[in-house]
Parts: sequence; structure tokens; C-alpha cells
Amino acid sequence: MSAVLFLAGLGLGAAGAVAGLVLPGQVRAVAAAVLTSSGCGLAFAAATRVLISGNPATARSAAILPLTGVVISLDRFGAVFAATTAVVGVAASCYSAGYLARGHRSRATSALLPLFVTSLLLVPAAASVATFMAAWELMALSSLLLLLTGHRRAEARAAAQWYAAMTHAGAAAILLALVILSAHAGGQSFAAIRAHAGALPLTVRSVVFVLALAGFASKAGAVPLHVWLPRAHPEAPGPVSALMSGAMVNLGIYGIVRVGAGLLGGGVLWWWLTVAGLGVVSALFGGIHAAASADLKRLLAYSTVDNMGLVLTGVGASGALKVSGHITLAALAMTAALFQLVSHAAFKGCLFLGAASVQRAAGTRDLDCLGGLVRRLPVTAVAFGIGAAAICALPPFSGFASEWLLLQGLLRGFAAHGAAIGAVLLAGVAALAMTGGLTAAAFVKAAGIGFLGQPRTPDAAAAVEVGPAMVAGTALLAVPCVVLGAAPGVVLPALGKAVAGVLGPAPAGALRAGIGAEAASATDVIQPLLLAALLLALLIGIWAALRVWARARVRAQAGAGLRLAEAWGCGGEPQTARMEYTATSFAEPLQRVFDDVLRPSHDLEVSHLAESRYFEDAITYHSRVDDAIERGGYRPVIGLVRRWGQVARHAQNGSLHRYLGYGLAALVVVLVVLA
Amino acid sequence: MSATVAAQAAVSALQLVAACIGGPLLYGLMAKVRARAEGRAGAPVRQPLLDLRKLMGKERVHAEHSSVVLPLAPLVLTASVAAAVMIAPLISTRPAFGRTADVFVVVFLLLLGSVAVALAGLDAGTAFGGMGASRAMTIGALAEPALLVAVLALSLQAGTSNLPGIVAATLARPELVASPGRMLALAALVVVVVAETGRIPVDNPVTHLELTMIHEAMVLEYAGPELALVTLGGQMRLGLLLSLVANLFFPWGIAGAGGAAGGPHLLLGLLVLAAKTAAIAAVIAVLEVSMAKLRLFRVPEILSAAFVLAVLAVVTGLAVP
Amino acid sequence: MVTFSIVQLLSVLRSLAARPVTERLPRPPRLPGVARFRGSVQLRHVDAGSCNGCELEIASAFGPVYDAERFGARLTASPRHADGVLVTGVVTRNMAVPLAKTIDAVPRPRVVVACGDCALGASVFGAGYGCAGGVRAVAEPDAEIPGCPPDPAAITQALRALTGR
Repeated sequence: MSAVLFLAGLGLGAAGAVAGLVLPGQVRAVAAAVLTSSGCGLAFAAATRVLISGNPATARSAAILPLTGVVISLDRFGAVFAATTAVVGVAASCYSAGYLARGHRSRATSALLPLFVTSLLLVPAAASVATFMAAWELMALSSLLLLLTGHRRAEARAAAQWYAAMTHAGAAAILLALVILSAHAGGQSFAAIRAHAGALPLTVRSVVFVLALAGFASKAGAVPLHVWLPRAHPEAPGPVSALMSGAMVNLGIYGIVRVGAGLLGGGVLWWWLTVAGLGVVSALFGGIHAAASADLKRLLAYSTVDNMGLVLTGVGASGALKVSGHITLAALAMTAALFQLVSHAAFKGCLFLGAASVQRAAGTRDLDCLGGLVRRLPVTAVAFGIGAAAICALPPFSGFASEWLLLQGLLRGFAAHGAAIGAVLLAGVAALAMTGGLTAAAFVKAAGIGFLGQPRTPDAAAAVEVGPAMVAGTALLAVPCVVLGAAPGVVLPALGKAVAGVLGPAPAGALRAGIGAEAASATDVIQPLLLAALLLALLIGIWAALRVWARARVRAQAGAGLRLAEAWGCGGEPQTARMEYTATSFAEPLQRVFDDVLRPSHDLEVSHLAESRYFEDAITYHSRVDDAIERGGYRPVIGLVRRWGQVARHAQNGSLHRYLGYGLAALVVVLVVLA
Repeated sequence: MSATVAAQAAVSALQLVAACIGGPLLYGLMAKVRARAEGRAGAPVRQPLLDLRKLMGKERVHAEHSSVVLPLAPLVLTASVAAAVMIAPLISTRPAFGRTADVFVVVFLLLLGSVAVALAGLDAGTAFGGMGASRAMTIGALAEPALLVAVLALSLQAGTSNLPGIVAATLARPELVASPGRMLALAALVVVVVAETGRIPVDNPVTHLELTMIHEAMVLEYAGPELALVTLGGQMRLGLLLSLVANLFFPWGIAGAGGAAGGPHLLLGLLVLAAKTAAIAAVIAVLEVSMAKLRLFRVPEILSAAFVLAVLAVVTGLAVP
Repeated sequence: MVTFSIVQLLSVLRSLAARPVTERLPRPPRLPGVARFRGSVQLRHVDAGSCNGCELEIASAFGPVYDAERFGARLTASPRHADGVLVTGVVTRNMAVPLAKTIDAVPRPRVVVACGDCALGASVFGAGYGCAGGVRAVAEPDAEIPGCPPDPAAITQALRALTGR
């Protein structure tokens, strides 16, 4: 039954792609959105059934992929990812119905978006190497083409180049890893691989893990393989960015856990310490860049790197604990990491959709040009505010519950006495703390400078609230931010069971019964619902007391109500928008503190008057914060490859005689070798 | 069952009232110590309460381009600090929602208050508000790792991050108080408390020069009852942080330990808490008088020093169980 | 890093133990409408063209000898936090509008205190072409402190009359 639901969901998604391709302009976007949303709804229902019952949804077909066939099996662990993707997919499709309306119609986007969503649903369900790679490539290609719909902009073209190169390099690494595994297993279904993986020598397993880690960590945005993310996520169209950050990066984590823990059966300590180390570095790097970025979507992209770093830290800690034999602690850490992932999907999707609305309404995503949007885009502002509060881990929202649980997971992990594990856990807590503060700074900047104060440009002043479909899509993702924060017990048992499935086999009974309950009871301890109720009660109580007081004063003294006055500007000119702090100035203290990591570059061009060198005609100042890893790590490599290419061109000079000579030489070598 | 719930609710209410009155009194005490150290008579200790009463009677003024965030932020600040005060073990180890009193929960509740005030600073649309918000968030971001790692050190030693649990663990094993891990965590926490409450050497609470302001700059636009709430929120925060430092490191005198939770025990707990926080406040005031405010870009140095101390506290605590 | 010496700490502790040097002052006469402030007055000082003589005396008034803070008076940075404005100097034409804006920014109930002969309009500079004519040109002062410069004790007494302590 679940299999039927799931396949029906995938089918509706494919139908949405066809509808987006063939239907005429007016109905195209809406039809595709409706079909994709219903497809996601069915997939969500299937995933929920799998999570509750524990029976995987399986389907098999020899027909679709030649030579290998297609095997789909959605188990509990995959169902978590499928459910998350489905929710983000519904919101993104609903958003796209409004985003691609009147004046912004695009056949390519309408056709590719449902295809992207379908591939995102398919990846966690794939149960053979061929299915997995096909779905993975479909996901990569559809997102690449969606990125290229903005091909008229140079930044979008550059972003697509980086994305294409890195995602395919990652896919090659993953393919190599999976092929090694299936070669040894003699079959390419995941079940066969799992059965035979134990027989592999440790070096081979380590090589496989490292390859898979390289590919999947790049997809998840782990430093130093993250450089595509801050380029691609901002340049993609609105709903696509939400899906990329809210659903696609999750699949990187899915892959690491599936290959490392599921297929390879756990491995050795240094694997997971590497994962956790990558996580810590990503969290810090992403947090610092997010705090220093003045481009709204780039800020959100780096914040994705940051959050995925935290999830990787949890996953690494969990793997390390399992290898050391503490299965319950490992399961708790993994559950916390998964909860952080689900929570991140909700609030990051909401934030990206809100940012796309802002870009559509005000014409720019540069925070230095925004402002005053809280009055002009009220509903978007509230939804963005909820997402921002959730990502800053403020009670009572979902980010608070998930970061608290992650802290608990790391804290309890100390019970596994071990120097390496202890060091990694300590680094994890320090990274979590540091990024918590940096994220708060980044999102006070994003929400405060983007939405509050006076508009800094006429375009921002002229912004109006976006269409109802877009607003509904954003608000839809704000709901889980609140619900998961007040009642995390809704999803935690399901997450716990999913984790038990992938970390096992173990004292399975104890694990399955214990962990969901343990994680749920862990969050139950802080009684988030009561905390939320307490905060709300205090808020309303203080507000009511103030109102009563104000009314009494007004009655006692005429004219003693609220007065609107000019902002205090030391008595001089009235405060204009030029005098407000910009995002760049807001971030400047943090940029100075972290300038070794950020390495900002400044350019000052001075042109002088023709008459005299002592008088300036014009002064231009550029300040830029590039990704230091891209500049320091990737550009030299690209330069090197380019130089080798130029050297190799000498071998290809167009002379037919030389090419015939190459052919003769190759033939002679082959004959010699065969003989 | 309901009697216990009623007792816990009474304890929480008592803690809230004590914080509302005690926070301003602590501010007044610190001002008095500063004044006496300068050779002045100084304002009476109850002066902040008089200031709050006067502010409640003044007109409410809002800046023209501000939004609903400006009046909402003082409510959020006061509500979040009040929630933290009600659940934390200050007078007794058994306030209402005692299970919720996780040390990380209190840290995040205080973060909620800081973010609300920073957003209000930006909402006014002035340069000062933005400057204050920027500096406050920078210092908050740098104080956060030191705070959480120091608190981690305490939780590891106690085996739980539940606040009453940590207090109970310290009462059960008094020799822990003198352990090197604890001392390092105490040093780190004192630096963080000074940074979070905006005292010298991080921020001068009585400066008139806007370019040297951090917290004050964010609240320049507030007037009347809203200013009273923001001020009260800040003072309650000071009271809460000092009480937590007192109770986590020197918990003797707290009610509810070992089952003693009746009326006289609560009164004793209140008096002991008042004495402990007054002592810590006086010490901080003496330190304030003795040093100059640091340049803004020197503050990260002391906060990273606090972070290193906190990490050492964790490592020492793990190595010497 | 911050330097901290034992000698410094000892001197602080000695000051704490010693008696304050603050002079006792007689009770000043009551001002009408003073009861509104009940022990706490914050003032925003505005220099509207002063020679800084009054500023030095105001600084003395808040210093250890005359300590106006013990009566609940304080200077603040923002007029929104203040109960009134303490004006020094002949109000020059350039400062007339900023002074008016500062007074307007103070939430009601508010007071305007004119400190020094210049602010009262009784100084030798008041008739110049650049002067608007004392505080009265902008707003009616609620309290006046005569003198050129006024004695710090007089300033403290005036503030004490405002706070009612």
C-alpha cells in the first residue's frame, strides 16, 4: 500500500513535469504546482505509513533502466528524508504557482521543478546502485538546468559551471565507491551489498568510505567541498533555492549515513572523527561567512553550510560512539542530528522563500539596499521572522528544540570515556556555541536591516506584498518551525525508530523501544510546550498590565497617550535612510575579528584631475569578502589545470601526419603488450 | 500533588517578585559602591526603583519610522527574563517547571531577550541603534562559546545539565567546589557575566558618549513605560546571572535541598541569596572602579581568554574526575 | 590586556572604608509642580553656545564634593530617557532649533532648567547678533540657576528642589 502511494506520488510529479512542459502559459504554472503538491502529499503519506509501521515500501521493475532494472525500497531512514522533502516540495510548488505567474513565466522552470522534486523523493528510496545513481544524476541535472534558466546573468552562468563541475566530480566519487562495493558483493542491490560488505578488507572499506564521504559531503556543503553552495543557492530561482537548501543538502547526509553505517556497517573510529571534524570546520566557516555577508541569499546559503556542519558533527559523534560500543548514546546523537536536519529544512525553506519574495518585491537581494519592508510585506516579514527566530535557536521555536537535543546528545556522549571522542565532542559543543552566536548576529542583520527601519532605496520603498500563492508557500513552512518547537514529541519517536533501523543490528528490541522514547523523554524534560505557554502567558500578562496602566494614565491626564515623534538624531537634520546602519557596517566588527578567516579584499581607485595630480576627480571603493577556500584552494588548482592544458595543446597541433603517427605508435604498443 | 504544584508556583512567584525588586537593588548597590570608592556619598541603593516608578508615569513616545517591533521588544525581553527567573533555582531548588530548568534553556532564553533588544535598536532607523545592535551582537556571539563551554564543564561534573540537578550535585559533594575545573569555570563565567550585563571593562553603563555605547545605544529611542521595562529586564538579567553564579558555585543556604522547603526555609533562602548576590555585585563594582573600559576590538581578546579557560575547565574536569 | 595592581585595589578599598568628602547642604525651597518627580530626575544637558564655565561647575556639582546624584538627579545621554533639559549658554541662532527639538524629544511631564546668567538672558553676550535671546526664546524655563558661573552648591540645590529630596 505504501509502495503504491509512493509510486503514485512519483508519477504525479512526473505528470507535473509534463504539464509544465506542454500546457499553455496561463495554466502551466498552476497545473504543475497542483500536480507536484499532490504528488508530494502522496509521498508524505507513504513515508508516514512506513515510519509508523516499519514495513519498507518496495517496488521492483526490470523495465525502466536497461540491464539493471529499478529497485525502490523506502525504509524508515529513507522515509524521514522523503517526508521532509515532501513538505518542502509542497511549499515550494505552492510558491512557484505564484512565482511563475504573469510576466515571469518560464516553460523550462515549470517543467524542471516537478522533475527536481520527483528526483529528490526518489533518491532516499533507491535500493540499488543503478537506481541510486540514476536518481542522483537526475537530481543534479534538473537542478543544474534550473540554475541555467538564469543564463542571461553572468553570475548565474559561473554558478552553474561551478555547480556542474563539483556535483559531477562528487557523483563520480560516489559511483566509484558504490561500484567497488557492488563488484565485491556480486550484485548491485543495497541488500546484497550490505550482506557482503563485512567480508571486505578494512583498507578497501576505508577507501570506499572516503570516496563516498567526498561525494556526499560535497553535496551537503561540507568545507572544503562547499564552494558551489554559496554560488548556486543564491542564483537559483526562489523555490529552487528552497528545495536545494531544504531538501537536496539533506541527501548528502543521507548518503553518508546510508553508506557508512548502513552498507558498511559502522567502520572504524577515524572515519567518524573525520566526519565530525568536517562538521565542526563547516559549522564555524559557514557561521563566520553568514555573519559577514551582505547579500541576503548568500547569507542563507552559508547558513546552510553552518547547519549541515552541525548535523555532520552529530552524525560523526554518533558513528564514533557506536564504534566505541555505546549504541544508545550513538542513537541519541544520531536522532538529534536528524532532528536538526528536519528542523533546518523547515526554517531554511521558509527563509529562502521569504528571501525570494523580498527579491521579487524590492528587485534586489542586497541587504544594503533594503529596509522598511515590515510595513510593506507584512506577512512575508512575519514568516521570515519566525524562520529567523527558529534558526537562531530562540525558544520556543524548532531550532531551539533541535539544538538543545543536539547539545544533550553531545553532552551524554562524554560518558563514553575516550580522548579522541572527548576532544571531538568538546569541539562540537564549542562549534555549536560559536555558530549559535554568529547565527544570531547574521539573522538580526538580515531581519533587522532587511525589514526594519527606513527603506534605503526607492525600489525598497515601492515594494508591495507578493501574491497569495507565494505568501502561502512561505507561511506553510513557518508552521513546522512553531509546531516542532512546541511539540517535538510528534516526530522524535519516528526519528528514533528510523535511526534504530540504520544503526542496527544491535540489541534491537532495547534499541527500538528505548531510543525513540529516550529522545522524546529527553526533550520532554524541558517541556517545550509548557515553556512556550509560560512565555506567551508572561508576554500577554505584561502587555495587559501596560495597557491597563496606560488607560488609567490617559484618563487621569488628558493627552497622555502615545506620541509619534521624529527619531532622536541629536537635534540636527531629520534622520534619513542614508544615516542608517547598513548590513556591511553591521557586520564590520565581526569581519574585523575574523579577518584571518574571511580575508576581505579592498580596492581603491583614485582618478585625478587632468590639471593637477593633487586634486582627485573620482574615488571608487570596492570591498568584497570572497570565499577564502575558493580563492586559496580552488583557483590555484584551476590555474594549474589550465596551464597543463596549454602545455598539452602542443600535442594537438592539427597536423594529420602527427595524428597518424600517434595511431601507429599506439598500435605498436598494443601489439608489444599483447605479445 | 496539587499542594506540591501550588508550593512550586509560590516559589516561582516569590522568585519573580524578588528579581523585580532585587535586580534594581543590585544595580543601586553597585552604583553606591562605585560612588563610595570615588569618595562621593552616592545615590541611595533604592534609587533604581525610584527611577522605574518615575518612568512608568511618563509619556510613551515612538519614533516615526518604527514598526510593531519597537513596542514588542521590551515585552519579549521582560517576558523571557521573567520566564528564566521563574524556572531557575534561585531561592529554592524546587520552583515550578523545575524540570525545564536546564542551564542551556536559560542561556537561550537570555539570547531571546538580547535579540529582541537588538532588533528594536535597528527598528528605530537611527545610526546609533544600528551601532549598538551591531556591537551587542558581536559581543554576544563571542561570549556564547565561553558561556556554553563553561556551563558544559559544570554539567559534566554534575552529570546533568538540569540546574537543580547541578545544585544538588554540588551540595552532595562539597569538595567539588574547590576543584581546579570549577575554579576555571568560575573565572570564565565571571568574564562572561560581565560581558553579558554590559559592565566595565566591556561596556560602561553610564557613559554619555554614543560612540562608546553598546547596550545603551540600542535603547536610545525608548521612553516612559517601555524604557522602564527595558531597564527592568536588564536589571533582572543581572540579578539572574549573579544568582546563578552564586547558586551553582556556592549553593549552601538554598531552600529545598534535602526536603526542607517550608516557609522559613524559603525566607532563609531569600536572605542568603540576597547576601551572596550583594557580595558578588560589590566585588564586581570594585573591579569596575579599578579598571578602564576596553576598546571595542580588545573585548574579543578577553572573551577568547574566557573561552580558553572554559575549555581548560572541561579538560581538567574530564581528566580529574 | 587589562592591568590591575594590588596598590590600586588597596586604594579603592581605603576609599570605600573612608567617609565620603561630600558636603552637607541645607534643604532648598520647594518648587511648584515638583511632586511629579518624586525622588528621581534625569536631565539632558544642552550646551547652546556656552563658554564652558557653567559646564565645569555642573561637572563639579556631580563630583565628590557636591554630589547631586545623592538627591536622585542624573545626567543622561538621550532626551528620551530624560525628564528635562539643562540648558547652558546664550541660545545662539544656530542652536535654537536643535534646542527646541531636544526639548520636544523629552517625554512629558518635562522641565526646562536654565543654568547660568547666559541662559537666563542676563549676560553680557546676550545682545549680540548671533544670539536668539536666552532660553526664553525657545521655551519658558521651569527652574533658573543664576550666576556666572553659578556655584556648584546652587546647581545641586536647584536639582534637589526638582527631585523633592
